[in-house]
Amino acid sequence: MATDRYQAPDYYLLDELLTDEHKLIRDTARAWVKQEVSPIVEEACQKAEFPKQWIKGLAEIGAFGPYIPQEYGGAGLDQISYGLLMQELERGDSGLRSTASVQSSLVMFPIYTYGSEEQRKKYLPKLASGEMMGCFGLTEPDHGSNPAGMITNFKDKGDHYLLNGAKMWISNAPFADIAVVWAKDDNGDIRGIIVERGMPGFTTPETHSKWSLRASATGELVFDNVKVPKENLLPNVKGLKGPLGCLNSARFGIAWGALGAAMDCYDSALRYSKERIQFGKPIAGFQLTQKKLAEMVTEITKGQLLVWRLGVLKNEHRATPAQISMAKRNSVNIALEIAREARQIHGGMGITGEYPIMRHMMNLESVVTYEGTHDIHLLITGMDVTGINAFN
Amino acid sequence: MKILVCISKAPDTTSKISFADNNSKFNEAGVQYIVNPYDEWYALVRALEIKETIGGNVTIITVGTAADEPIIRKALAIGADDAVRIDAEPKDALFVAKNIADYAKDKGFDLILTGKETIDYNGSQVPGMMAELLDLPYISSASKLDLSANTATLETDIPGGSEVLEVELPAVISCAKGMAEARIPNMRGIMASRTKPLTVVSSNDQNAFTSIKTYSLPLEKKGCKYISAENVQELVDLLHNEAKAI
Repeated sequence: MATDRYQAPDYYLLDELLTDEHKLIRDTARAWVKQEVSPIVEEACQKAEFPKQWIKGLAEIGAFGPYIPQEYGGAGLDQISYGLLMQELERGDSGLRSTASVQSSLVMFPIYTYGSEEQRKKYLPKLASGEMMGCFGLTEPDHGSNPAGMITNFKDKGDHYLLNGAKMWISNAPFADIAVVWAKDDNGDIRGIIVERGMPGFTTPETHSKWSLRASATGELVFDNVKVPKENLLPNVKGLKGPLGCLNSARFGIAWGALGAAMDCYDSALRYSKERIQFGKPIAGFQLTQKKLAEMVTEITKGQLLVWRLGVLKNEHRATPAQISMAKRNSVNIALEIAREARQIHGGMGITGEYPIMRHMMNLESVVTYEGTHDIHLLITGMDVTGINAFN
Repeated sequence: MKILVCISKAPDTTSKISFADNNSKFNEAGVQYIVNPYDEWYALVRALEIKETIGGNVTIITVGTAADEPIIRKALAIGADDAVRIDAEPKDALFVAKNIADYAKDKGFDLILTGKETIDYNGSQVPGMMAELLDLPYISSASKLDLSANTATLETDIPGGSEVLEVELPAVISCAKGMAEARIPNMRGIMASRTKPLTVVSSNDQNAFTSIKTYSLPLEKKGCKYISAENVQELVDLLHNEAKAI
C-alpha cells in the first residue's frame, strides 16, 4: 500500500466532546496503526496471514481489555476510550480490530464479569499483556442467529466435565491459548467454560479460502470428549444472557470500529478525487463525485454522534442492548455503502492493493454478518419499538 | 544524569493556516497542536535513552498556558518523569529563553536538550539564547549524542560531511534528525502520566523584545507545465518570457 496519509474527518468538531486523555489514547493508536499496520496489512491480507507481531503492539497501546480494572492488568479506561481504540484499529483493518475485540469483549469481559476471583487472577493479566490469547466459542455449524439451539454440551463426571461439540467462525482460534466456550450442561442450561489448548480432544482447525478478514486467523473449535477441570466453569452466569452480555460489549466496539473503516474509505476517496484529473479538472469538481463525498461525510458524522452518545450511555450503564444493536447495524451498513461508493470514486485503482478500499469492503462483508447479522439487528430494533417478537 | 528537555507546541502539519484581526494574529480556530516533532522525536527520546542506560531523571519544560497541558501529558506518557509549565503565553524567542533559563539556573541540570527548531516559526533561537543566559556551551543541530563521564560527544551535519565535537557538561544541545527514533507512547505510560508531577511556575519576565506586525501566506505553488521534448523553442520562450529565468 502507498504511504498512509490518513486524516480523520471531524466535520462537526466532535473532538471537543472528548477529553484530552481520549484524544491521547486515540492518537497513540492512530500513530501505531500508521507505523506498524499500514505498511504490511495489504501483504498480510494478500497472503492470508495474521502478523503475530501485532499482538505485542496491541497489548502496548492498551487494546486488550482497556476497560478491565488495572488490578487485573487492564487499563481501567472508560467505554469511549475502548470505542476510540476499536475505531482506530479498524481504520487499519477489520481483522486487526476483530483480534482485539475478541480478546477484550469476548474473552476478558466474560472472565471478569462472570468468572471467579481465581479465574480473574489466573487469566486476565496474561490476556491483557498478550502473553495469552483467547477466543470465544458460541456459533455452531447449525446455530448462528439462533444460538439457544446449540448442541455443544458438557456432562458432569464427578471430578471433571466432559465436553463435546463443535464451534465455527471463531476469530483467533488457530493460535488461541484459551477458549471461552458456551455449552449446555446436564440441565440444558447454557454455561461458559474455559478450555485450554493442550487439553486432549481439543483441536482448532483453521478456516481457509476466506475472501474477507484475510489478515485475521479464523478457525473451528472441536471438542471430542475433552476433560475440563471443574474450576474452569464460569460460576456467575447461567443462560443465554452470558454470551449476549459479551456480544453487547463486542457490538459496541464494532459500532465504533466500522466507522473507522468508513472514515478510511472516505478519506482515501476525498484525497484521490482531488488528485485525479479527468476532462481537465479534478474529479472532485464533478457533481456526481461531490454527491458521493457529501453523502459519505454526512453519514460518518451522524454515525460519530451516535456512537459517542452510546459511549456516554454505556459509561453510565444506561446503554440498552437494543441501542447497541442500532449502532452496530448502522455503522456497518454505512461503512459498506461508503466503501462501495469510495471504490467507484477510485475507479480501477479502487480494486488494487494500492488503496485500502476493496480490503475494507471485503472485510465489512464479514462484519455485517458476525456479532448479529444486519437483519437480526433490525428485528431487535423492531421488537424494541413494537414490543412484538418477530424472530420466530 | 539530570536532563531538562524543552518542549514547545506546534500546529499539526495538516492544519489549515489562516490569520485573524487584519492579518495581525494567527487564527487558532480548528488548529490541532502537537508536540514539536524535533523536541519529541529527538530531544525527548534521546534523553529517555540516556536515562534508561545510565539512570537519572528527565524533566520537561514548556512556556505556555493551561491549554498546552495536553502536549505536556503526551511527553510524560512517552516517559518523562516530571514536568514544569511556566505559565505565560510565549511572546518571542528571547522571552522563552529567559523564562526557561531563569527556572533552570539553580536546578543543576547536566544536560539541557531542545529540538533544533520548532516547526511553526522555525527560528532556532531559543537554545542559543538560553545557553548564553546560563553561560553554558551550546551545540546546535546535533544528530548524535553520546556520553562518557562528564563529556558529551556530538555529531552535527555540515555541508558535504559531518563534524564530531566534544563538550564538557553541563551543556545546551539542540537535536536534529538522526538523534533517536520517534516513540509511540504505550498505555502504561498514558496511565502513569495522569499522576506524574506537573509543576506550574509563574513567569518572572514578561517583556518581549519583538512583536509581529503582519502575517501573510506564501504564494500558492503554481502547477507544472509539461512541454513536449520536441518543442524546445516553446520551453525557451516560457523560461524567458513567463518564468523570466533566462
